[in-house]
Amino acid sequence: MPSDLIHEYMRIDHLPQIWCAGCGNGVIMRDVAVAIDQLLKDEEYDFDRDDFVIVSGIGCSSRAAGYLDFNSIHTTHGRAIAFATGIKFANPKLKVIVLTGDGDCSAIGGNHLIHAARRNLGLTVICFNNHIYGMTGGQYSPTTPNGDVAATAPYGNVDRPFDIALLATGAGASFSARGDVFHARETTEIIRKAILHDGFSLVDVYSICPTSYGRQNHKGSAVDMLQWQKENLIPTAQFHAMSEQARAGKKEIGILAFNDYPEYTDEYAKVIEACRKQTGGKGRN
Amino acid sequence: MAKAVLMQGNEAAVEGALAAGMRFFAGYPITPSTEIAEKCALRLPQVGGKFIQMEDELSSMAAILGASAAGYKTMTATSGPGFSLMQENLGYGMMAEIPCVIVNVQRAGPSTGLPTSPSQGDYMQARWGTHGDHPVIAFSPSSVLETYTLIIRAFNLSEKYRTPVIFLMDEIVGHMREGVVLPDPNKLKINPRKTSFHDGAHKKCYYVPEGAFVPSMKPFGQGERYNVTGLVHDESGFPVNNSAIADKLISRLLSKIDDHVDDIVRVEEYQMEDADTAIVCFGGTARAAMDAIEAARAQGMRVGMFRPITVWPFPEKPLKARLPQLKRILMVEHNHGQMLLEVRRAVSGAVPVDFLGRIDGTVISPAEILANLNEKEAN
Repeated sequence: MPSDLIHEYMRIDHLPQIWCAGCGNGVIMRDVAVAIDQLLKDEEYDFDRDDFVIVSGIGCSSRAAGYLDFNSIHTTHGRAIAFATGIKFANPKLKVIVLTGDGDCSAIGGNHLIHAARRNLGLTVICFNNHIYGMTGGQYSPTTPNGDVAATAPYGNVDRPFDIALLATGAGASFSARGDVFHARETTEIIRKAILHDGFSLVDVYSICPTSYGRQNHKGSAVDMLQWQKENLIPTAQFHAMSEQARAGKKEIGILAFNDYPEYTDEYAKVIEACRKQTGGKGRN
Repeated sequence: MAKAVLMQGNEAAVEGALAAGMRFFAGYPITPSTEIAEKCALRLPQVGGKFIQMEDELSSMAAILGASAAGYKTMTATSGPGFSLMQENLGYGMMAEIPCVIVNVQRAGPSTGLPTSPSQGDYMQARWGTHGDHPVIAFSPSSVLETYTLIIRAFNLSEKYRTPVIFLMDEIVGHMREGVVLPDPNKLKINPRKTSFHDGAHKKCYYVPEGAFVPSMKPFGQGERYNVTGLVHDESGFPVNNSAIADKLISRLLSKIDDHVDDIVRVEEYQMEDADTAIVCFGGTARAAMDAIEAARAQGMRVGMFRPITVWPFPEKPLKARLPQLKRILMVEHNHGQMLLEVRRAVSGAVPVDFLGRIDGTVISPAEILANLNEKEAN
């Protein structure tokens, strides 16, 4: 029941949210809340709600931190992963979830994304990827498709785009996945697994932005954009059953990289342990 | 009796920070501050603390703010170019009222400048580097021992006023080695973070009770679910676009420092009792000034030194108190005249203020200062 979820996990006083009509961000925020709800209610795990920390940067995506009723910190543009690194490393028992956008995490914050992936520090990064700078009014981002029109690409985007899930994979992420707004159930399950993953996890979730991206590029209504996701973003099992030819122009929704690498805070705990042994159990202040 | 140890300023900064309770350091290597990161990497795990080398200074500053929000006393260290990169998140720390200490071991600039050469060219940047109207506390030590004791005070005031404190060193002090006898750690005054004002009845994490001047939220994960933001926010920590609330917040951030200047400001006055000429200087420059004063006094000149230890807020009141006895002030600093502007503002023409500076990456010598004093004396 969506309404129960709102009352339990959203800050009612701060709703309605600021996103435009037809925006996909609310669906992704809900997916995150459902995934956390499932984990909190799952008897197999012993999660405390106060252990969840939501960290965001700047942009449309990042307003989600203010709506979710957990410890939350809305940081500076591009630096959410770096703030989250400090929080998680300081207190590894916290479940730190970064809510970011395509501009926030792959343009201004791209360096932090690749280094967090490389370190394998146990953060969960959820990228609300709307393929545009929405809040500032539709300028092209590092994920805007080549040739698309944007407020700063009136003649078509000359840049070649990033695939953020593959970027994280290339940077050594132990968990990298792609989701979307249309496949909300599948995406929620991916997010749940990402939070459970012991190490760095990234979920690149394709949002829809009918206002700042869709309108400029004649993508139709929000429903039309969801229809496009339904037809072109294909869950893993189905995607792998398709012929090479049928896959053309389509993308896989699912977990793209999954590796059991040592987690950063666990490794550093070993350093502390070794130092303590060397200094006879107590360090000189 | 405690044993003297030979130590450089950068090492003393680390030992002092550890004594103050610093247990989290994030940084990026940069000359001439790198020894601070190296020593933190060595020492922190020995005391159960955490060290991380980040990908740049932007993320170093972000990481120490995050770790501080999670309850740690945190520090980073850098030099000019890195300090420039930290400015945006430094402002975030001031706005969100997150305690931490930023060490800037100044080197000659601008830009990449002279990486291994001394300078005090970041004095104004320490005050105005980040955008918007904001409060700043900055300290500058002039010896290895003072680096140790003063950085403890930097942490204490950072907690007391819930704001980042800038520890403005220079290459002279950072790399100078001196024999020091460190104070007994049990006798140090250490401020813990206040996390106790809440009655739990509401979630107003930025609520400031009557008689207090800062809020006192608990660290993340300790049962208070609140929001932190760099946007203008109300007492509950949520962004608002309301001019009355914006005015109230920014005014409080500024006045929590402005109303407590006497508590924050410290100066050293050396041979000032009978002085008619004051050398104003800060940081490592004081070493040459004190030598010059000895020599000048041997020649019969009545010269003293007025040294701001707290460099921001500028110690206006104690300087003004000395004006009636002074005929002349000589500002000596390793830049093109930065603290000079503050001194002239404070003095308002009551006494002539002359300037001796250096921007070539070399150290101002006692002989140069003495020559300047002699020249004026001769006129």
